[in-house]
Amino acid sequence: MSEQIEQAISRKYDAGFVSEIESDTFAAGLDESVIERISAMKNEPEWMLEWRLKAYRAWLKMEEPEWAHVDYPKMDYQAISYYSAPKSMKDKPQSLDEVDPELLRTYEKLGIPLHEQEMLAGVAVDAVFDSVSVVTTFRAKLEEAGVIFCPISEAIQKYPDLVKKYIGSVVPRGDNYFAALNSAVFTDGSFVYIPKGTRCPMELSTYFRINELNTGQFERTLIVAEEGSYVSYLEGCTAPQRDENQLHAAVVELVAMDNAEIKYSTVQNWYPGDENGKGGIYNFVTKRGIAETNAKISWTQVETGSAITWKYPSCILKGDNSVGEFYSVALTRGRQQADTGTKMIHMGKNTRSTIISKGISAGNSSNAYRGLVRMGPNADGARNFTECDSLLIGDTCAAHTFPYIESRNPSAIVEHEATTSKVSDDQLFLCRQRGLNPEKAVSMIVNGFCKEVFKELPMEFAVEAGKLLEISLEGSVG
Amino acid sequence: MIHIKDLRASIEGKEILKGLNLDIKPGEVHAIMGPNGAGKSTLGYVLSGRDGYEVEGGSVEFKGQDLLDMEVEDRAQAGLFLAFQYPVEIPGVSNMEFMKESVNAIRLARGEEALSATDFLKKAKAACQQVDLPLAFLKRGVNEGFSGGEKKRNEIMQMILLEPSLCILDESDSGLDVDALQVVANGVNSQRDGKRSFIVVTHYQRLLDYIEPDYVHILADGKIVKSGDASLAKEVEKTGYAWLGAKAEEADA
Ligand SMILES: Nc1ncnc2c1ncn2[C@@H]1O[C@H](COP(=O)(O)OP(=O)(O)O)[C@@H](O)[C@H]1O
Ligand SMILES: [Mg+2]
Repeated sequence: MSEQIEQAISRKYDAGFVSEIESDTFAAGLDESVIERISAMKNEPEWMLEWRLKAYRAWLKMEEPEWAHVDYPKMDYQAISYYSAPKSMKDKPQSLDEVDPELLRTYEKLGIPLHEQEMLAGVAVDAVFDSVSVVTTFRAKLEEAGVIFCPISEAIQKYPDLVKKYIGSVVPRGDNYFAALNSAVFTDGSFVYIPKGTRCPMELSTYFRINELNTGQFERTLIVAEEGSYVSYLEGCTAPQRDENQLHAAVVELVAMDNAEIKYSTVQNWYPGDENGKGGIYNFVTKRGIAETNAKISWTQVETGSAITWKYPSCILKGDNSVGEFYSVALTRGRQQADTGTKMIHMGKNTRSTIISKGISAGNSSNAYRGLVRMGPNADGARNFTECDSLLIGDTCAAHTFPYIESRNPSAIVEHEATTSKVSDDQLFLCRQRGLNPEKAVSMIVNGFCKEVFKELPMEFAVEAGKLLEISLEGSVG
Repeated sequence: MIHIKDLRASIEGKEILKGLNLDIKPGEVHAIMGPNGAGKSTLGYVLSGRDGYEVEGGSVEFKGQDLLDMEVEDRAQAGLFLAFQYPVEIPGVSNMEFMKESVNAIRLARGEEALSATDFLKKAKAACQQVDLPLAFLKRGVNEGFSGGEKKRNEIMQMILLEPSLCILDESDSGLDVDALQVVANGVNSQRDGKRSFIVVTHYQRLLDYIEPDYVHILADGKIVKSGDASLAKEVEKTGYAWLGAKAEEADA
């Protein structure tokens, strides 16, 4: 494979700066007293602490999963700090004017201005920095519509009944190793509640930023869409460039009641480590939604960062006629490893699911799609369509596809298509003969490959995602 | 426009061009004919700088610059255009997007401003109509699912949009019916302005009924073995390439 391609994919990471912000950070280590302290820092009610401790005790008995197609040294969970917050957040700022300007600058540098008048019109943002939410914008406007959009730590205090009812209802405490750990130590994240029949008046989004060294980020997001409501939510993530690996183990739960629709998009750009595989985020995430009758849940993800990605946003299609969708672009380069895909669990009649997965591998990376489609005994007339395409850039990367199909209903139809292609020398030569440099050529070819997924992203973010791929593929040409 | 002197080039250690000389002045149209495997496509690739084609000797001066010293995209930006014998597909990248990027890359290199979306669209529509392709082709992926003839017309459309100084057409006539052939020829003729030069590579004389060349060269076994005016093409049409001798016969087989 030509040298130009190799050079074109050598990369730089734009979000790799460290913010000089004084923090209160727990000493590394994990035991019940640490969990008690986290709970106390957040002023949590007793039931929440109990819930956390049960999760922790379950976690202690669990084994770290090894089935994924990823390879990393054993993690030392006692070497991680489980809580870090900017000092300035101690007396919670009541308005943006009271927020540490250095924090605001951090988000500005990442292209996320938090002053409402400067923001993308029609997008409300919750900014989570290490373990705490810094600010949530446009709250007044959302409250008018009856929409709740706030840090989950705040929701636990202000809306305990809602949180108590739904937390762990989709991803149970002991669901898997990383979900159990998250349930024990989660620090912040977003809570969204859309009342019956309400169309959320704006896009909601959360930006997660890991800043402190040797901390883990364990956020928890819960979105409840009541009957006939609609919400579109986007999360973005970045982290500084550091030599040490950092753990990010999030849990996201979506509840779509009858006739509701939740569109959940992710642009994940955690620090991926350097070209030799030093540093980078371990992104071990559990995301799942339940769709009741006629409800629809749509996951769209653009994954370009992280040293290791282990992530399977899933849909439990419980109600009749419910719909699940998964659109994914996962790009790996350098020494990145991704094992990602989805699970579509068809329980109701005439449930439908669509899976479009685009894996792009470059450098020495490894990119695996892992997907499960399960047709339950009552899923009469259910249908799934899966399309799984891999694009290889260069000769030293690998792509794998692990589709699992379980059908216990003869009337259900499952279709699976898979392709593997390469960015060919012929394509690259055509582009260069037309005056384009190799980086531009590769990014254009890759963007073309991802088109079906990008068109699912909210407008404002489709452009951002395209640019992100371009930056990811940027390098110097000798 | 271009001076090719004693050009020798090889692929994977095998010598293909064995001392080729060619001089083209602004505004001239040179046809290159020859048996299959003679090295016609190789010439186009070597001139455009494709990887894997090793230059073993000789020199090429293009608009006063040492062409062989330049990167592929720099040659394109300097005004060299190759219409491919087998255009490749780029799925998901629309023709429109592709052409806009490339037109603007070349304009910027020439010190001109990038075209606005509307200005570009206007030009693209005109070029599309000129090669008789439905406007829907602008939205389709580059060569994605195009028929052989549509691909060739698409190449000519790109040529029209990029306004190069030297156009190398590699068998832009192969596989075309008479109507399509005429469309391609009209496209090329419309770009003849007395300054722009053309190298028209073809296996058959037929195309030269529509694009009248100033010179015709016969390329065989990596060299130009005969040159003449348009009448040479007619002669070849009658006698075939047999007169070139056993060696070329072999290459044709
Ligand atoms: N990639 C390649 N590897 C090895 N030999 C090649 C390659 N491409 C072309 N050739 C050889 O080079 C010679 C010239 O090919 P080409 O330039 O395509 O001829 P023409 O266009 O005149 O038919 C042929 O013998 C062909 O087999
Ligand atoms: Mg040829």
